[in-house]
Amino acid sequence: MTTDTLVGDPASTVPLSQMDVSDPKLFQSDMIGSYFARLRREDPVHYCPESAYGPYWSVTKFNDIMQVEVNHQTFSSEAKLGGIALQDMQSGEAALELEMFIAMDPPKHDAQRKAVSPAVAPSNLVLLEPIIRERAGIILDSLPIGEEIDWVDRVSIELTTMTLATLFDFPWEERRKLTRWSDVATSTPETGVVSSFEQRREELLECAHYFKGLWDQRVNEPPKPDLISMMVHSPATRDMPYLEFLGNLILLIVGGNDTTRNSISGGVLALNQNPAEYRKLMADPDLIPKMIPEIIRWQTPLTHMRRTALMDAEIGGKKIRKGDKVVMWYLSGNRDDEVIDRPNEFIINRPNSRHHLSFGFGVHRCMGNRVAELQLRIIWEEILKRFSKVEVVGAPERTLSNFIRGFTHLPVKLYVH
Amino acid sequence: MPTIIFIEPDGVEYPIAVKSGTTARDAAVNNSVPGIDGDCGGECACATCHVHVDAAWMARTGMAEPGGMEANLLQFAEGSTENSRLACQITMTDDLDGLMLRIPDGQH
Repeated sequence: MTTDTLVGDPASTVPLSQMDVSDPKLFQSDMIGSYFARLRREDPVHYCPESAYGPYWSVTKFNDIMQVEVNHQTFSSEAKLGGIALQDMQSGEAALELEMFIAMDPPKHDAQRKAVSPAVAPSNLVLLEPIIRERAGIILDSLPIGEEIDWVDRVSIELTTMTLATLFDFPWEERRKLTRWSDVATSTPETGVVSSFEQRREELLECAHYFKGLWDQRVNEPPKPDLISMMVHSPATRDMPYLEFLGNLILLIVGGNDTTRNSISGGVLALNQNPAEYRKLMADPDLIPKMIPEIIRWQTPLTHMRRTALMDAEIGGKKIRKGDKVVMWYLSGNRDDEVIDRPNEFIINRPNSRHHLSFGFGVHRCMGNRVAELQLRIIWEEILKRFSKVEVVGAPERTLSNFIRGFTHLPVKLYVH
Repeated sequence: MPTIIFIEPDGVEYPIAVKSGTTARDAAVNNSVPGIDGDCGGECACATCHVHVDAAWMARTGMAEPGGMEANLLQFAEGSTENSRLACQITMTDDLDGLMLRIPDGQH
């Protein structure tokens, strides 16, 4: 792609027939918004005949996305058909044939999801809340005041990794392994996180090996409310083939890691870019529960989910053929002014703030959405108790990915009350 | 105007009179009944308006159709039982006046 060398605004000058929104650089530079705005306006269900990921459809409007979400009989998540992201799961080089329930259709999806979902059910989270709050407090109390720090590394990664380690009952001192595996799982060599697909494969197998050790240990212990113990003892998951075991673990690691991490960072940036909203929050901390869904909409930490058409279908008047790759751009649907009032504004007390696409809808709706909201609520409650301002003091660096919408670096300074 | 009575896990009741044709989900969301979020906007797509229909009313509301989207979603909702419905799939009529819907513990 040469978009960064074109004169003028390429989002408005490139012919629609040549528009390809899959270039990770567009997301890293945060230029993607104007491309989606044009598609929503001019060609909301758009066909891109040629890309680094092959031909694909972009579904960009909120209600069209919803229609794809609830029709899992037509729009499959099956890994063998390519799975749930633009990048096919089982394309040549990456050929570690992972299986995970996010990339399965009912009924197998249903059985596996039901086996692990109690770990993140509200009744289990009630037990988790005091632990997360205590850990959030420790993280925040350890930060230096008035000097530049990286919020991503010191807070966002630290808090989500701690929560994940708690959910897995993972050996505490080694918890940053979870962060590394999450990064590796969602990366390709071009991101620089791994240098080759071979390295990625090796590290993920190391992850599998490590968890196999925990599995073997828990199989001999009485059931506990952690994710591994639940998988070990549930009839739906205990006899899982190795790559399915690894796949589901990685799903839970990535699901509970990148997404919340980037929403924690994204909230800090959004409040700094909208100082009136930050003042509103400081004046009324009771707005936090309402603000959390708005942060999650604003950030949209996963830009898209992908499906594969099992039969001919129609979306927004366009004919989709059996076998076509259909990409639901949540990031675009979350800026659709037909459904969301003033979608390009960050409004912490937005009415209906829960009505966003970031968790997806239908049977694949994010299983951990309550954990995510819980972590975000707690971190903001604890931030407000301690700091009069978390000030962004330099340019954020964004993730090079068309799937994860996040930050690699966010320099901030803290001020106390 | 038929009335729905939402009952919180601790027994607190929220009687709400609505026009016929209103869904129980809209009745709850528009009146800020705690524990009914209805995130998807009433599209039968998220299960955040899960309720337990009082046993005496099951015959009139009916069960979620087996194999349908509602039943698909309810199977993942915490505390799902035979009396579970999504409030967005219950449309109020005069016949349902007095309907009692219990909000599951821990919908949040």
